[in-house]
Amino acid sequence: MKHWFKQAALLIAAVIFGAASNSAHADETIKIGVTEPLTGAVAASGNYVVQGAKIAESFLNAKGGILGHKVELIIEDNKSNPKEAVASVEKLIVRDKVPVLMGAWSSTYTLAVMPKLIEYGVPMVVETSSSGKITTSGNPWIFRISPTSEMEAKSFGTKVAGFNIKKADFLVVNNDWGRGAASKFGAMLKSKGIAVGVIETMDAKAQDLSAQLAKIKASGGDTLFLTTGVEQITLVLKQAKEQRVTHRIITTGGSSSPDQLIAQAGAAADGTYHLLFFAPWFPEAAPNPAVAKKFVDEWNKRGYNFPGLTEGFRGHDGIMTIAAAIEAAGKAEPDAIRKALWGVKVDGVNGDIAFIKQGPAGKESGQNIPNVYIVTIQNGKVALP
Amino acid sequence: MDQFLQHILNGTILGGTYALLGIGLTLIFGIMRVVNFSHGELYTFGAYIVYLFAMVLSANFFVSLVLAMVLGVVLGAAIEFVLLRPLRGASIDTTMLVMIGAWIALQNTEQLVWSGVAKSITHPFPAEPLILGPVSVSWVRVFVFAVAVLLIVGTHLLIHRTRLGKAMRATFQDRETAALMGVNIGAIHTATFALGSGLAAAAGALLGPVFVVYPTMGDLAALKSFAIVILGGLGNFMGATLGGFILGFVEEMGAGYISSGYRDAMGFLLIIIVLVFRPTGLFARKERVG
Repeated sequence: MKHWFKQAALLIAAVIFGAASNSAHADETIKIGVTEPLTGAVAASGNYVVQGAKIAESFLNAKGGILGHKVELIIEDNKSNPKEAVASVEKLIVRDKVPVLMGAWSSTYTLAVMPKLIEYGVPMVVETSSSGKITTSGNPWIFRISPTSEMEAKSFGTKVAGFNIKKADFLVVNNDWGRGAASKFGAMLKSKGIAVGVIETMDAKAQDLSAQLAKIKASGGDTLFLTTGVEQITLVLKQAKEQRVTHRIITTGGSSSPDQLIAQAGAAADGTYHLLFFAPWFPEAAPNPAVAKKFVDEWNKRGYNFPGLTEGFRGHDGIMTIAAAIEAAGKAEPDAIRKALWGVKVDGVNGDIAFIKQGPAGKESGQNIPNVYIVTIQNGKVALP
Repeated sequence: MDQFLQHILNGTILGGTYALLGIGLTLIFGIMRVVNFSHGELYTFGAYIVYLFAMVLSANFFVSLVLAMVLGVVLGAAIEFVLLRPLRGASIDTTMLVMIGAWIALQNTEQLVWSGVAKSITHPFPAEPLILGPVSVSWVRVFVFAVAVLLIVGTHLLIHRTRLGKAMRATFQDRETAALMGVNIGAIHTATFALGSGLAAAAGALLGPVFVVYPTMGDLAALKSFAIVILGGLGNFMGATLGGFILGFVEEMGAGYISSGYRDAMGFLLIIIVLVFRPTGLFARKERVG
């Protein structure tokens, strides 16, 4: 008798829990996995991208979500480390079962996670990385909204005459991003008849760059192209001033957060130039001024750090691109999203987002053609040159 | 030639802080036989304390530096008292694992308290560098170097001229005999760990304003400290001091004339060479214990 009771109780429990999990299924959220460097050497940028992504999430949910479901970002910290980036992506796909990802900031982290996308068959929108290899290595799960170093160099090439450069030196972070930028900008400068002096590299964690700067000073160039994250740019500007390096400094890659440089490097930031993919000081000059203005207003309303806007917009544009693809696919499934990404047209903060094909035929990656801006710091203020 | 002189100057300045990091670690190893993996975290701790006082609480910059060193000593003493004292006599592997645990716990606490985003500390020194003929160096680095040298000399005097130092040296030579002669080994261990930690915190406090401050900044510093200590011979004070300067020069010259991409590899390459030819370190003496 007792035994029978127990069985009945179990059965009832199973029915109730089953029903409960069924009803949970009905208001299930659409999950989007995000892997960004929230701690470690390039933490500032990763945090800004996540803040931008969260703004996009709230914009989407304010409109009622996607396909009637709320959007939920599952955010993982890749600790500014390619090994951790792979672990974070594996966790997002296997445990959280996200159908689509955004990440992973640095080209090195993105390249590290790319084989996992093929292994599990999950698409990823790349919001920051600029190494050419990402879209040319034949990974059909990659869709990049940020420009490649080559695009950036080409865009700068149209304005290079105004800078009157005779000989340029390079100081780049020793990874795929930095070395890629040095090679593409170097090729562009040479094609314009400009001499390239020394190409110096630095470890992403290095704090003392005096040896590199002494060598750059001795090279006798007039312009220094600098490619790294804002933390290291701050150190380079301060130490260049200490060592009286007189080069005009131009940063590439769009991760210079000029207002943060003004705050942290002070006078050492004066006279520097920065290639950016969003100029939040002048949102009205963006290709989609209404989108840019709405984003900047929400960023300020939330009390986020203004200097972070030049990174934060990437998170917004990435999530909006993914949302558009899920909407078009009609379901939150990896392969359907991948197919839909080819057709998206999004009004992003940077400009209009759409993908062209890059890489070997049959397994092309998607690449957007973004806008590039140049700003300069004069007397502690950001200005258009 | 100008570039060469600039490299010499940079190497010297860098070497001073490396030496400061190295002697703290070598003292702890020599006297306590503890491989202190939390050394880099004390360095980070020092930098954040300066940030806390100088930037958040707007205290005087120099007062903040002194506070960072004092609190580094206090934290070191606390770690010794809570974690290492119960483990005295335990094998070197056990204490090593405990110190790895302390390292991870401290680093994550820093991350929790300060977030991962780098902080910048402003200092009262002029932004214009000190110009010496063809070379230049910032005033803050001159100050850092001067204080580092003072601390190294001060530590040397403490070990060789005071009663406490004599007791430390006695413990270093033979722990049991020292105990039999009435040396309080427990107190010596606490003092040694506190001193070594204070020196690491001092290095962090001095370099925080030169660089930027973030939770994982201590990892590279710890790695370099180990390199210096191995270079100079484990437990050798003079060895660690000279090892610091040698590492500074090798990195600077390697980056300047061979390849900047391998700057951090230079030091480790040197260690491999030293270990092949002098397995006990460059300056090891016969009477060294262990």
